[in-house]
Amino acid sequence: MTDERTVLLAVEGITKAYPGVVANSDVTFSIRRGEVHALLGENGAGKSTMVKMMYGLVKPDSGRMTWNGAAYTPGSPGEARSTGVAMVFQHFSLFEALNVAENVALGMENPPPMKELSARIRAVSEEYGLPLDPSRMVGDLSAGERQRVEIIRCLLQDPKLLIMDEPTSVLTPQEVEILFKTLRQLSSEGTAILYISHKLEEIRSLCDAATILRRGKVVGTADPRASTARELAEMMVGATLTPPARRPGEKGKVMLGVSDLSVASPIPFGTSLKNVAFTVAAGEVLGIAGVAGNGQDELLLALSGELKASPDRVRIDDAPVGDLGPIDRRRAGMVSAPEDRLGHAAAPDMSLIENAFLTAQVRKGLTNKGFIDWPATRAYAEAVIKDFDVRTPGAHVAARALSGGNLQKFVVGRELMQAPKVIVINQPTWGVDAAAAASIRQAILDRAAEGAAVVVISQDLDELLEIADRFAVLNEGRLTQPRPVEGLTIDEIGLMMGGAHGMEVAHHAEA
Amino acid sequence: MDFGGINPVILIASLMVASVPILLAALGELVTEKAGVLNLGVEGMMIMGAICGFITAVHSGSPVAGFVGGALGGAALSLVFAFVTQVLLANQVATGLALTLFGLGLSSLMGQNYNGIKPPLTGALLPGFLREIPVVGPIIFGHDWMVYLSILLVAAVWWVLKATRLGLIIRAVGESHEAAHALGYRVRLIRLGAIAFGGALAGLGGAYISLVRVPQWVDGITAGAGWIALAIVVFASWKPWRALIGAYLFGGITVLQLNLQAAGSRIPVEYLSMSPYLVTILVLVIMSSGRGRAALNAPAALGQNFHATR
Amino acid sequence: MLRLEKRPNPSRFWLYATPVVAVVLTMVFGGLLFALMGTNPFAVIRTIFWDPLFGEFAFYLRGQLLVKAGPLILIAIGLSLGFRAGIWNIGAEGQYIMGAICGAAVGLAVYPTENRLIFPLMILAGAFGGWAWAMIPAILKTRFNTNEILVSLMLVYVAQTILAKASTGFLKNPEGMGFPGSRNFSGYPAAANPELIAGSGLHWGGVAALIVAVAAWVLLSRHIIGFQIRLSGQAPRAARFHGVNPSRLVVLCMGLSGALAGLAGLFEVTGPAGQISIDFNVGYGFTAIIVAFLGRLNPIGIVLAGVLMALTYVGGEMASTNLRLPAAAIQVFQGMLLFFLLGVDVLTNYRIRMAKGG
Repeated sequence: MTDERTVLLAVEGITKAYPGVVANSDVTFSIRRGEVHALLGENGAGKSTMVKMMYGLVKPDSGRMTWNGAAYTPGSPGEARSTGVAMVFQHFSLFEALNVAENVALGMENPPPMKELSARIRAVSEEYGLPLDPSRMVGDLSAGERQRVEIIRCLLQDPKLLIMDEPTSVLTPQEVEILFKTLRQLSSEGTAILYISHKLEEIRSLCDAATILRRGKVVGTADPRASTARELAEMMVGATLTPPARRPGEKGKVMLGVSDLSVASPIPFGTSLKNVAFTVAAGEVLGIAGVAGNGQDELLLALSGELKASPDRVRIDDAPVGDLGPIDRRRAGMVSAPEDRLGHAAAPDMSLIENAFLTAQVRKGLTNKGFIDWPATRAYAEAVIKDFDVRTPGAHVAARALSGGNLQKFVVGRELMQAPKVIVINQPTWGVDAAAAASIRQAILDRAAEGAAVVVISQDLDELLEIADRFAVLNEGRLTQPRPVEGLTIDEIGLMMGGAHGMEVAHHAEA
Repeated sequence: MDFGGINPVILIASLMVASVPILLAALGELVTEKAGVLNLGVEGMMIMGAICGFITAVHSGSPVAGFVGGALGGAALSLVFAFVTQVLLANQVATGLALTLFGLGLSSLMGQNYNGIKPPLTGALLPGFLREIPVVGPIIFGHDWMVYLSILLVAAVWWVLKATRLGLIIRAVGESHEAAHALGYRVRLIRLGAIAFGGALAGLGGAYISLVRVPQWVDGITAGAGWIALAIVVFASWKPWRALIGAYLFGGITVLQLNLQAAGSRIPVEYLSMSPYLVTILVLVIMSSGRGRAALNAPAALGQNFHATR
Repeated sequence: MLRLEKRPNPSRFWLYATPVVAVVLTMVFGGLLFALMGTNPFAVIRTIFWDPLFGEFAFYLRGQLLVKAGPLILIAIGLSLGFRAGIWNIGAEGQYIMGAICGAAVGLAVYPTENRLIFPLMILAGAFGGWAWAMIPAILKTRFNTNEILVSLMLVYVAQTILAKASTGFLKNPEGMGFPGSRNFSGYPAAANPELIAGSGLHWGGVAALIVAVAAWVLLSRHIIGFQIRLSGQAPRAARFHGVNPSRLVVLCMGLSGALAGLAGLFEVTGPAGQISIDFNVGYGFTAIIVAFLGRLNPIGIVLAGVLMALTYVGGEMASTNLRLPAAAIQVFQGMLLFFLLGVDVLTNYRIRMAKGG
């Protein structure tokens, strides 16, 4: 059946370069009508840039695109939308202080008047099993619900091609299944779907065809149903993957104790923490899972000291630190790395030396009566760069000049090399290529083996199952009881994450 | 029916007139801020409007032309701000201050030869006999047409922001310029328009001072009105009708303290002339205390520059 | 079509070149403005920039430079620390006034006693007056999250009213024959702030300005507080992650800038101005904002920028008398300088590129 469908969108020889990096090089592939086509590749492979060109946000340097055989050169997202291309971004283009109907209207070319639009939103969202209330403020919606807004916005324009950029990072396993049913329904109605992901099992279960990108080039096409996950992975990465080495270590005494921690979120539209409690022993890795928006940022802020609580809600090596700030907590032995590496973990316009001082000041003794020892700071920065293989012309370079993976290596290395007793990291490897991700995970495990207590908060279940000893889930600000990783199934994890928030299976009339 | 030597009907009528400049300026700045831009140069734009309006009116003989000239003068100055902050990505606070200093100096320079001249007068809109009606007459019917226009503009801005696509886009740009850009909206162009609108309205307000309120040209004629307008935007929580209330409140205090001084009140003159500023501070504290930015209804992207990475 | 592209690293060249380019552009456009007004642009530029340094009356005018530059530098350094941290003290003019009033009040209260300690005491009082006036917006910001720009600015108007009251009321000279204004400090040696080196224009205010400039440089480059100031302005979330206490920083920066502005006021009222009068303040608090930015918020730059700005004041007065240029023209000139500086600064962090395609 596949070969009989006509080609809807074809790209030929597309190249796009930015200063310092070639995002796409001579990319050629095509999508057929009604096909579910995967664009596979790891972080940094060039997938996002490719679809931005399809959506009219970016112009290719060379090459051409055709739509139903005719030349396709969208100058803006509006033109792309009029042609019939719709896109659900990985990072939602939503306005938190506006309601659902207003958000949908902004994503459409010629939206109908509000009343009519609200009625259509209600109708279409029910039809596809993704119910939405048009008058709710988007800021109050969960991440999964926000994605629904994005999808409905697209569906209301009757797209011929629906592009989805990494859609499942914000969904529980049950919600993923429902999304897939919706997508299959759309595909059977003739809408083509371009599904961008690096999650192999999902692609194998959903897609008819796959194009694999690596470092901006097409390295192959495949039929996901006929290939194994391993084959796809090796095409994606170009090498054989080895899981990190775990050294079985002794679990020592409890180094980090959190009890009955409840804090209000300082982030607008954030999630407050409610009665969070757990302990981590020396040498142990606790993995905390959860889809984005369930309190992960708040948990890191509460642990790092940016958010304060009563003294004995948080204890480091049995000393109460709950009311202390970040500098005092570092003194007590805790280091942390927030999710946002540029802007939060590191100051983008400051050099790596100054960024090293940012957190290493206390534990590396870099001040003397308030005066900064710059030579010692520089030496530390250079040590981190060397030990963690950070690719940079030097330590004097501004943080913003580094690539995502290299900056993440620096940020993690800066913390791990301070001989900490407790390590807390939020999303250690997001947006990082496989090689760097592997070395970061290895470094975390090495420190655990040396006796540190580690907390890893991550949306990547595979990563947590790989490195964690115990496992817990953050759901709407509450933490489930931590349990050992052995024997944990995906279904159990899904239920811990809260199942499918109000989604129903699509009950669109069967054709 | 006087209280302590002050007639309340005349007080209300005169506060409506006194409030027109700050109302217009606040309304313009409200739209600018809704689009995400913090323009502290309101004082500079107002005084440019005052002198441009004055010069245009004197040379053309027509007050209407004067107001148009004032609006254009304010808008022109605001475009300099727009260029430096939106295209050259300079810090909005510093550039706004530069705008004020530059505007104050330029207006003084332009006004060198216009001291002591009287401009063509702006007439009342409605027939004189209506003004004779007790109480309601002076308050509702006796004003010049600019007073009515300013209230109309409040209604227009409220309606556009709430119910039209343009208003929705402006609000979206002020909420998240990244998302607006990703959806294909021209963030810079919209902000440029909002800034120019703010400048035009500030210029209009300034022209009102030199053409109606005083009416004359003097150096520094705006005397801090632009800053009060900025405070009114915060007081109004970026809602147009609240801006009207805020403008009347501040206008009222200014007029009241002048009346008290004239009526020989026992309160020392200095405290009276300080009162508008102290009240402004008090109001700002009340509005901003206890609640975060989201509750204040401030546009989330206010003050941040936008650079498209294509 | 030209477009901007962010540089991976800030350009060192443009970091230093920006002020120079801004000055040149201002001279060009300022010259055009003067020409439009009917005065010879070259004559004006020469009168403003060249004559005070090297012209006929330079020996006298050079002294005037330090008189004007001293308070500008003192205030600007304080402001620059706050600006770097994203704390906008716009009310330095008010803090300057209050410092002068407090310091003068202390001195006049003990008149005519002669004692070596009187002047130092007045210095403390002046610093205290400015500090206290700046604490109002500081506390309102930390307790109530009130915008410090508007509050500090409103307080300038309040301070001006208090100044008027002081000149005509509580500080009025009892032997002044009914004229408003306080006693003149030149007649009260223990409290006076005379020229330290004849003809140089250097008084204690100038000395203080240089000391403060050096201290600020050390603070910013070598001390952790300086690091925290820079960090807070550049990356506020990273600053919280580092452990900066935002309230303490606001209080520190506002307090410091207020104290320095108050000091400048004290030195001015006991020195060049001589007495508390209704028009005592001449706008140093606002011009210092321009000086701070012109000096790129860097202590050394501010010293140079302060001298440059003083040049425009002194030269401007000359141009006003000799070439009949209105005083407002200088204000326009100064405003233009700030605009150009802010505009040209873009090149430090972005390069200009030709956009490809249509």
